[in-house]
Amino acid sequence: MNLRFARDTATVFSREFAPVPREALGLLFTMGQPLLFLFLFGPLLAGTPGFGGAGGGSPWQWFVPGILVMMCLSGPMMAGYNLLVELIGGSLERMMVTPLSRTAMLVGRTLKEFAILLAQAVLIIALAVPLGFRLHFAGVLAGLVLLAVAGIGLGTLSFALAIASRPGGELFYGVTQLVMFPLLLLSGMLLPMDFGPAWLQTAAAFNPVTYIVEAERALFAGRLTDASVLYGALCACAVAAAGLALGTRSMRRGV
Amino acid sequence: MIHARGLTRRFTVKRETVEAVRGIDLDVEAGRLVAVLGPNGAGKSTTLRMLTTLLPPTSGSATVAGRDIVADPAGVRARIGYVGQKNGAGENFRVRDELVTQGRCYGLTRAAADRRADEMLDLLELRPLAARKPGTLSGGQRRRLDIALGLVHRPGLLFLDEPTTGLDPQSRADVWEHILRLRAEYGTTILLTTHYLEEADAMAERVVVIDHGRIIADGTAARLKNDLAGDRVTVTVHDAADTARAAAVAARIAAPDGVSAEGVTVRLRVPRADAALPEYLRALEAARVKAATAETSRPTLDDVFLALTGRTLREGDGEGAAA
Repeated sequence: MNLRFARDTATVFSREFAPVPREALGLLFTMGQPLLFLFLFGPLLAGTPGFGGAGGGSPWQWFVPGILVMMCLSGPMMAGYNLLVELIGGSLERMMVTPLSRTAMLVGRTLKEFAILLAQAVLIIALAVPLGFRLHFAGVLAGLVLLAVAGIGLGTLSFALAIASRPGGELFYGVTQLVMFPLLLLSGMLLPMDFGPAWLQTAAAFNPVTYIVEAERALFAGRLTDASVLYGALCACAVAAAGLALGTRSMRRGV
Repeated sequence: MIHARGLTRRFTVKRETVEAVRGIDLDVEAGRLVAVLGPNGAGKSTTLRMLTTLLPPTSGSATVAGRDIVADPAGVRARIGYVGQKNGAGENFRVRDELVTQGRCYGLTRAAADRRADEMLDLLELRPLAARKPGTLSGGQRRRLDIALGLVHRPGLLFLDEPTTGLDPQSRADVWEHILRLRAEYGTTILLTTHYLEEADAMAERVVVIDHGRIIADGTAARLKNDLAGDRVTVTVHDAADTARAAAVAARIAAPDGVSAEGVTVRLRVPRADAALPEYLRALEAARVKAATAETSRPTLDDVFLALTGRTLREGDGEGAAA
């Protein structure tokens, strides 16, 4: 069973991934987008007087994990969008009549987004190191694992949403637009929440992404045993469990 | 190959319960080519989606290829092929890649899936299109690709949901040629839905007519036509004043409810038109009614549907959602 699941996941992953290296232009955009944030937004942070990221080190140390979490939000959304397109066409239906595991269909697709995220992360880190980013290898590795778990959760949630949005898909576009920005802005991803008023900080405390961002910052700074890592990991696991349960359930109920 | 009992499916649409399929019993033996015919919204696709495990039935049971659709959907999936109404290949993927993926979905090794994909490209004459994306193919080519995707694992039972809808006549003939060849070469059992009467009539050994979620007729096309519709004899007379007399004569040959008269035209429904026509003409002559023209026609499946429901299948075309 587990072996079959791994094989099915690999099947879905390689199907989804095959077109990526062939689409040069798409690849350029995918890789260019985080760099835009790094180079057009990063210097603003670095030049902001009194900007004291947690730990007080280089602003890049603080900012790089934030961009990665942002990428981890948009990638799964893309995965949901792709699924929606295949739902509206007939290709998902065709695969649902094969013995391919439903969960593998979701996980394989999310893993493809994660592979892209991984490439983006390597690129960003490689470019940030000369700017003063200090590489804590074990922390970065643990941070990427955490992102993978959160990404699977967000991806499968977005799949469940895509399935619920049939046949038109309006619900999907509406909800992702509505949810994406509050999640992003209320997570302290781009600017520290410490700068905000108390109500904003309270709102941020209810945003699971906040904990993941904080955990990523701690990990990227090499503080592997920080309490925030535990909270972040719990949040990521909760999101993943909820996403997998909801996503698989929507697939089972008939598409 | 298929044994369904009391298969039922209800949907809730805007808080209203819609009974798409209301108790279908169906048995299909191995090696058959069965066409399920019915107007749009009759429950054809819903029935197919239940038999292929895409949709759990609200009630009832079915075994497909020896496996129970509810208890062992994975077992059913491994043994059947399915070609849905929509195109099965993803837009971002190349034709051959999709075929390889499909083989892998059925658990073939990479090498076996590669080989099978190439066989399918040859079988359905898709070889020159191997590296293309589906969006660049014609309607007929896309349909052939869909069939190739449904056959990659060489299923003993193939479901085709409206395989020729929306295709031009030449592509339809082409798709049919492939379906029939497949059957001849591999003995594949085929269950397909269609709302093209001519196709069901010409190609299928057995026609199952569905209306409002129920099977209302089941048999060979010839038997359905003989039993339920009968041949038609149409005679015109010179003078409209003779029509009533001609109709009265007709009632001696055909059943009273099988005679209709309008203007100078009298129509008879009879079991065998070739035998009834000379008899009728002789009787008219004896009654001193002069016939102007006479013709006979074999019934169509549309006449069968009309006889069963009082509606024609063609009226239903294009109205209502596909179900």
